[in-house]
Amino acid sequence: MSLHEATTPAFRANARAALDNANLQAALRGSRGNFITKRARAREDLPEFDALRDRARDIKDHVLAHLDLYLEAYEAQVIASGGHVHWAETAEEARAIVLDLCRQAGAKAVNKGKTMISEECGINDFLAENGIAPVETDLGEYIIQLRGEVPSHIIAPAVHVTVPEIEAAFRKAHTHLDPDRDLSDLAALQAEARGVLREKYFQAEVGITGANMLIAETGHSVIVTNEGNGDLTQSLPRMHIVMASLEKIVPTLEDAATILRILGRSATGQEMSVYTTFSRGPRRPGDPDGPEEYHVVLLDNGRSNMLATPFQDMLRCIRCGACMNHCPVYQAVGGHAYGWVYPGPMGAVLTPSLIGVEQGGQLPNASSFCGRCEEVCPVRIPLPGMMRSWREREFEKRLTPAAMRRGLGLWAFAARRPRLYRIAARLGAGLLSRLGSKTGRIASLPFARGWTGERDLPAPQRGGTFMDRWKAARR
Amino acid sequence: MSGPHVALFVTCLVDMFRPSVAFATVKLLEDAGCRVEVPPVQTCCGQPAWNSGDRENAKAIARQVIAAFEGYAHVVVPSGSCAATIARDYERMFEADDPWAARARALGARTHEITAFLTDVLGVTEVGQKAPVSVTYHDSCSGLRSLGIREQPRRLLASVAGLELREMAENDVCCGFGGTFCVKYPDISNVMAGDKTRNIAATGADMVLAGDLGCLMNMAGKASREGRAFRARHVVEVLAGDLATPPIGEAG
Repeated sequence: MSLHEATTPAFRANARAALDNANLQAALRGSRGNFITKRARAREDLPEFDALRDRARDIKDHVLAHLDLYLEAYEAQVIASGGHVHWAETAEEARAIVLDLCRQAGAKAVNKGKTMISEECGINDFLAENGIAPVETDLGEYIIQLRGEVPSHIIAPAVHVTVPEIEAAFRKAHTHLDPDRDLSDLAALQAEARGVLREKYFQAEVGITGANMLIAETGHSVIVTNEGNGDLTQSLPRMHIVMASLEKIVPTLEDAATILRILGRSATGQEMSVYTTFSRGPRRPGDPDGPEEYHVVLLDNGRSNMLATPFQDMLRCIRCGACMNHCPVYQAVGGHAYGWVYPGPMGAVLTPSLIGVEQGGQLPNASSFCGRCEEVCPVRIPLPGMMRSWREREFEKRLTPAAMRRGLGLWAFAARRPRLYRIAARLGAGLLSRLGSKTGRIASLPFARGWTGERDLPAPQRGGTFMDRWKAARR
Repeated sequence: MSGPHVALFVTCLVDMFRPSVAFATVKLLEDAGCRVEVPPVQTCCGQPAWNSGDRENAKAIARQVIAAFEGYAHVVVPSGSCAATIARDYERMFEADDPWAARARALGARTHEITAFLTDVLGVTEVGQKAPVSVTYHDSCSGLRSLGIREQPRRLLASVAGLELREMAENDVCCGFGGTFCVKYPDISNVMAGDKTRNIAATGADMVLAGDLGCLMNMAGKASREGRAFRARHVVEVLAGDLATPPIGEAG
């Protein structure tokens, strides 16, 4: 369905490689906890934060229950303001539309604000193949574009990169750089990127941005950024293309304001991002700036199939990234291990919905169900429960690995027969207890290397199972 | 005794690996005036099946537990995770119009994790024990997030004379056990366990306590492999005054 090549079936190998990657581990350790502390403080400072989460959830649920009506209302408003709406059922359609628009604009270069939908559609490679140079203007996106990578986090795309790695990428790409210039800290790197990108803003014929929200009442698209790059990207070129997925719709400006109050706080702990920009339609007579043409490409790519399924709630997601910031699995392996566009808990639920559980099934399994993602989700998406639903689909489709199915079947057979179970538990406890009789633990078990590879297995206490001992003592 | 009639759900791990946890639980309940019974028809709560997507087996095990335990005033479990399966998940396993859903809901409302039962239901504030040890407490995920257990074990520990609680960094972060997760994704689980043992060791506490044996076996097994000095015990052992039983993963 998508053009972004998925390595999700190789999640295990991806994760192993990520754990062995010293630079990645240094980057992850360096950022760990920052977002968590900031979000916690922002939540404490706003007494109505949790009540706002309930309201945001209700707003999104309402939209999803009436999505067709709101999409039509939104389209009518965009048209009324002089813009155009293009409906794309698939990623292929979306990128064909974007290429067509870029050609109409005579584009040789396209500037881009941060947009995960363009990642889903593989826009950058596609434009480049067709002779149009895409330039990422978000600093993190710019860094990974230079490195030939995809984002590893939905709001901090280069969170996996260390400062020395950024310097190396800049020195390789920016051939004008004086070798003696100090680029050893982030501020120096920012200044260098800003200098290079400033010029690019005036060279592009088209600016592509994403949208954090689309407002049905007014036809506005909303972006939030901290660098202001989105504003320059969308107002300087002669054509602005907004790429957004269907579920970004909210009914009113008021609703957008509600969601903005939880978005920044959940994402980075900011009350508001530095820039929050509303745009609607092309430049009007008398406007000092703005694009001559305004286009919205609305992507479905499998989302409408999620409506009225156990996965509909996933469409409430406002892409704050709090779930991955708080996920111990994401924090251990980083975003690339997940192998498709969206990492972390939200990716683990969304990916199988968009590329199929056959491809994406590893992701909802790679969770300890610790529940921290659901605890922090600003729109209260029951992420672990939905991952569990995916596991159920896999089990029904017999995609669960055979060894796992057999083990589970055998265990369940005994667990449903208490007397048989008692005997099995007695034998198992006795055997393991003898194996660990000297030290109280077992260092290696042939059939449990997953456990004993890197940790000991505490041996059962001597004297038999509790049920046996209880029976002997009380009756 | 005439106190509340309580059924103990032992849990499969406690039954097989650490019966002393169940004996300590019984002692705490009886000290608080409960009549404790251990229904013989019990194996496991079914969580491995439920979390692996095997709904049919999960439902079959749930029906078995519901039928065996619904005749008691309360069901008490020395595990937040298994208690959450009974109290929260059983109802979700059945269609709303299935009569088992109502029975699951009724049983769920009477099912409690042991420290929450003592504090929230029985109003116990003192356990009358003495233990000159420093401890740190790991909040197991299901108990914390599904059942809201955080203060209850700490309040009871505060009543143990001589005991010092030293909170660790990230005490609410998963230890990497996660049921089948630890054997399905051992590499990641191991890293999470290593982060946990580092945080525990940094407190300098004599031992880590928790309310779930799975997490404890994971933390104890990792710590012994790393040669860490701290010990691991289920919180009820300290609350019941049982420090004579060897700690988890040590020979007696």
